[in-house]
Amino acid sequence: MTRKIAKLLKTPFFCTAMAIFFGSMVACGILLLTGYSASESLAVMFNAVFSRPKFILNVILKSTPVILTGLSVAFAFKSGLFNIGAEGQYIVSTIASTITGILFDFHPIIQIPLVILSGMLAGGVLGGLVGILKSKFGIHEVLTSIMFNWIALYLCNFVVNIERFHKQDSDGTYSINPSGFTLLLNDWKFSEEGRNFLKDNPILSDIILKTDFNLNFLIAVLIAFIVWVIIYKTKKGYEFRVSGLNPDAAQKAGINVQKNTIYTLFISGLLSGVAGAFSITGTSIHNIQTLSMFENYGFNGLSVALIAGSSPLGCIISGLVFSALIYAGQSLQFKIGAPSEIVNIMIGIIVFFVALVRIVPTLVNRFLEREESLDVK
Amino acid sequence: MEISKDYAVQMRGITKIFGNFKALDNVDLDVKKGETHAILGENGAGKSTLMNILYGLYEADAGEIYLNGERMEIKNPSCAIHSGIGMVHQHFMLIDKFTVMQNIILGNETTDKFGIINTRKAKKRVLEIMSRYGMKVDLKRRIRSISVGMQQKVEILKALYRGAEILILDEPTAVLTPYEVDELLEIIENLKKDGKTVIIITHKLKEIKKSSKECTIIRKGNFVDCVNVEKESEQSLAEKMVGRKVKLSVEKRPASPGDIVFEIKNLNVTCERGLESVKNLSMTLRRGEIYGLAGIEGNGQKELLEAIIGVRHVDSGKILMNGKEIQNKSTRYILDSKISVIHEDRHKDGCVLSMSVADNAILSKYRERKFCINGFLNYEERDKFTDQLIKNYDVRPIGCKNTKIRNLSGGNQQKLIIGREIANNPDLLIAVQPTRGLDVGAIEYVHKILINLRDQGKAVLLISLELDEILDLSDRIAVIYDGSIVGEFNQEKANENNVGLLMAGGKFNDAQNS
Amino acid sequence: MKKIISRVFLAVFTALTLGFCALIVKAGVLISQGAGTDNRFFVAMVTDGGGVNDQSFQESAWRGMQSFSKNTGAKVRYVECQQSSDFPINIDKLADENTDLTWGIGYKLAAHIELASKINPERNYAIADFSFGENTPENVTGVLFRAEESSFLAGYIAALTTKKGKVGFIGGLKGLVIDQFEYGYRAGVAYASKKLGRDITVKVQYAESFTDSAKGKAIAMKMFDECDVVFHAAGGAGVGIIEAAKEKDMYAIGVDMDQSSLAPKNVLTSAIKDVGKAIEIISLKLMNRETIGGKTFSYGIKEGCVGIPENNPNLDKDIQSSVKKLEEKISSGEILPPGTSEAYDKFISVLSSMKI
Repeated sequence: MTRKIAKLLKTPFFCTAMAIFFGSMVACGILLLTGYSASESLAVMFNAVFSRPKFILNVILKSTPVILTGLSVAFAFKSGLFNIGAEGQYIVSTIASTITGILFDFHPIIQIPLVILSGMLAGGVLGGLVGILKSKFGIHEVLTSIMFNWIALYLCNFVVNIERFHKQDSDGTYSINPSGFTLLLNDWKFSEEGRNFLKDNPILSDIILKTDFNLNFLIAVLIAFIVWVIIYKTKKGYEFRVSGLNPDAAQKAGINVQKNTIYTLFISGLLSGVAGAFSITGTSIHNIQTLSMFENYGFNGLSVALIAGSSPLGCIISGLVFSALIYAGQSLQFKIGAPSEIVNIMIGIIVFFVALVRIVPTLVNRFLEREESLDVK
Repeated sequence: MEISKDYAVQMRGITKIFGNFKALDNVDLDVKKGETHAILGENGAGKSTLMNILYGLYEADAGEIYLNGERMEIKNPSCAIHSGIGMVHQHFMLIDKFTVMQNIILGNETTDKFGIINTRKAKKRVLEIMSRYGMKVDLKRRIRSISVGMQQKVEILKALYRGAEILILDEPTAVLTPYEVDELLEIIENLKKDGKTVIIITHKLKEIKKSSKECTIIRKGNFVDCVNVEKESEQSLAEKMVGRKVKLSVEKRPASPGDIVFEIKNLNVTCERGLESVKNLSMTLRRGEIYGLAGIEGNGQKELLEAIIGVRHVDSGKILMNGKEIQNKSTRYILDSKISVIHEDRHKDGCVLSMSVADNAILSKYRERKFCINGFLNYEERDKFTDQLIKNYDVRPIGCKNTKIRNLSGGNQQKLIIGREIANNPDLLIAVQPTRGLDVGAIEYVHKILINLRDQGKAVLLISLELDEILDLSDRIAVIYDGSIVGEFNQEKANENNVGLLMAGGKFNDAQNS
Repeated sequence: MKKIISRVFLAVFTALTLGFCALIVKAGVLISQGAGTDNRFFVAMVTDGGGVNDQSFQESAWRGMQSFSKNTGAKVRYVECQQSSDFPINIDKLADENTDLTWGIGYKLAAHIELASKINPERNYAIADFSFGENTPENVTGVLFRAEESSFLAGYIAALTTKKGKVGFIGGLKGLVIDQFEYGYRAGVAYASKKLGRDITVKVQYAESFTDSAKGKAIAMKMFDECDVVFHAAGGAGVGIIEAAKEKDMYAIGVDMDQSSLAPKNVLTSAIKDVGKAIEIISLKLMNRETIGGKTFSYGIKEGCVGIPENNPNLDKDIQSSVKKLEEKISSGEILPPGTSEAYDKFISVLSSMKI
């Protein structure tokens, strides 16, 4: 019996759930200390996610980019690399997708892959560049990535202000051509017919009309699965894992660790690139805007990967949880005026606890040990 | 035995349990004051655990400790130090970038009233200790720039500086050259004369005979016997340690060398500090022989190996494998030309600790057709292969293929690695310290495998710091000193004296005469 | 001792956990109860990146909302956006709150307001500083300000005040809206220099930001080396420009609101763009069930939505009275200050033949 409970306590899922529980607990403590009603806050946050089909769908839609950047970070992490550059890769991907989306206007069957591939490639190249700098010149990837993040940010602002792309009286570029949208039923829902149909179906209207209804999330899930296959089922994935866990042994087993570093960061960049491209094709208003600060899609990917323990499939769950927390946090600010930073603190605490509850299995083991040693006595 | 003041250390009924594993079960220990006491046991027998309990690193689940006849509770190392116990661990606990002096006084700094370290006073004391026990260490050098033997002396000094009366040495000779071993024995003798008590943990029988008067033998966590060393032979000690009859010497037929397999011609290699580490080195290996390369650590063995396997750049010279030049080729290319390596540090270079046994089993062969179809790993073949290795090489526990290799004992890890490398069917097997940290039983097994391989007509390059091993196993013995081979002997001509002399930098002619 | 500590810790921990569980139960009750309804007329505004206390455009808008609430009893609220990714979220959340009218304050919000109007055809939206022209959706109202009129006055005042003969202009980001300020100001300077019969040049620079006050300050510090009066149309970045004026003891001309409180001795005057007043007017129209959707309103000196403050303690009495006359001329349409580059060129060519 004790063993069964112990086994349950040791599962990563339970540990993560506990981390979220305690994270919310501490966040509530902070809310109380700052004079907000904690129970009301919890209620608001719950309602913000679950009270309407639109909210649930929005959480799912908004989780797409963080799942992908989370995968990007997790993938690199499995190979022993810390891809803090997911943010920059995300940004250059949005830039590249926007440029191709504006410059070209083919049939959607060509346009959509073109826009997404250009974004992916941009992210991949930036990641690969970090990899080259690391493997050829030994510059640490964290250092170069951080620099590239800033370069990407200012590149974005530069591109926004190029006359060919800049939309007058806005702080952004033109939207990409509609042929590059990956929204579902986008034309139909704003047409006369669609409006009349949706008017009578409040739930469908909530889902289709009121959101950027698209299937990018499903593709992200598919990609998570592909990443899982690459890591655990392929020869390259095996090489990546060995290089990540023990580069010395990898080198001595004839694995070209340096080349793999470039591959890994390239693939990692591609993944962040998908996130960026999807944000352009699948989110209104399909353009890039002047950035004064990072939008944190890449950095949030770090948290997502951490919460998921770098498991590719775990990234789906943790991405959803993360997105729900952010979404609920925005409502918290909106409804009761509590600063949305509370939610950031909460996420921080959860990540902290996730790291902390990794000791739970150890604690359980110790408990079992003690019990057994008592039996021995 | 009674609890008495004549004994520096007495331990009674010590029991320690890790998880499901009983590391120590009701072990007693009696160490007379002013004596050298050996603790003998195979790897994993619980010697170190017992000493770690005495030093306060672990807490015993049951049992009592008496120091000088008084019951003591030793909760942590500082408590042990306070009670006059010092310990020199197998892996030294020194800070690489600090000087010898800084390391010695670390944690026990004499300071003035402003909290500034008073080096002069400390230095005076250290010098006094050194002269009393006949130790010579340059206090100003940094740890990373001194030899392992020196580092050990620093550790001993550190313990003495802290006022140790009882000194525990954990496998002190594992990393020393024969000459350094003699030095150490002398220091121990001096310590004894001064009334200090020394406890040596070891599994080397010769040294016990030389250094200790009494010896406690532990086997699989159980107390076996406490014997008077003089009355026992090496053979009987070994049998008590292992629990069965063992062969101490290696049995092998004379070699019948065949064609040349592997050749190094005038090799020059520089290390990362830009110094020439391998200088104009040449060697030739034939099928069906074991070529032993003896030498003290840091004489270019590491760089030589790295150059052979393509991890380090070769400045000039040739490396030929089956007549093909392989210098400065990729590691993969070199391994594919039928060279396999058993690395010295199996945790660092030989396996991936956090991966399963099965994943480790295919580490050097995952790219073979058999294990990899269209870029996907063939898990079925991997498991089949692993099962085979486990069976053929007696890797325990049976059915461990999905456990992490970290959870296997060192000997079993090594068996798996050796099995894996031999399964590559290499023409040349490079074995670097293949028995490091293994117990007598496992050593016997590894030696047998190497000789078998030789008899199958393969070449074996044995690089080892353990002179005994080289002398026992090799058909030809070369000595590397300062990056060059300074002498080569046939097995029958080599002995501890002449090889030892060359290792220490002596001239070949002198060595031949001795 | 160790045991006591661990027991106390365990007790506190259990208590906290239980307390938290109680909170969750309470939250559950709240969730099941649902929210009450409020049937008051509800107007909300979304800021475009600056806070509502930007001492400029947004603040002016919020004051208008407050005064609207005071006069009519309507419910009002604002939502601040930190960055552009917040726009759609906040606009969307307001739609869920059943607003009667949602204001986007600033042209940056235009695309998002347009999208929201499509998604929520049953709601009304309005955007300040932007016009969709012919394509204005039926539930969107655009509001433009003839900022060139107040800027013209600012230019006129600057030209009359300058001793160095050089005046400056610092804009936020180049665009149609800021063009109104720039060319209105240039025209005002040209008008005054003709009156004085003296050449006065205008130095123009852009801060590339409406929020980066440090950058605004840096640009202004440099500009004050040559010019002694600088007019800004740079939102939050302008705060830095006024700071620079204070440090250099020169004159700055504020924008959007009476900014003299920022530096009482160094703000010469302000080109007020009273977005709050426009908001009041439009919101009241909607409350009175007038049709405002699909249209763009343009407000200037005539409607009292742009101009300069009543009191300008730093301004010369004579200049003040001549400004009053100029105001009337603009109000009556006698002078048409230019708001674009082309109109400015035309204005200059006409100016030579104009009687002053």
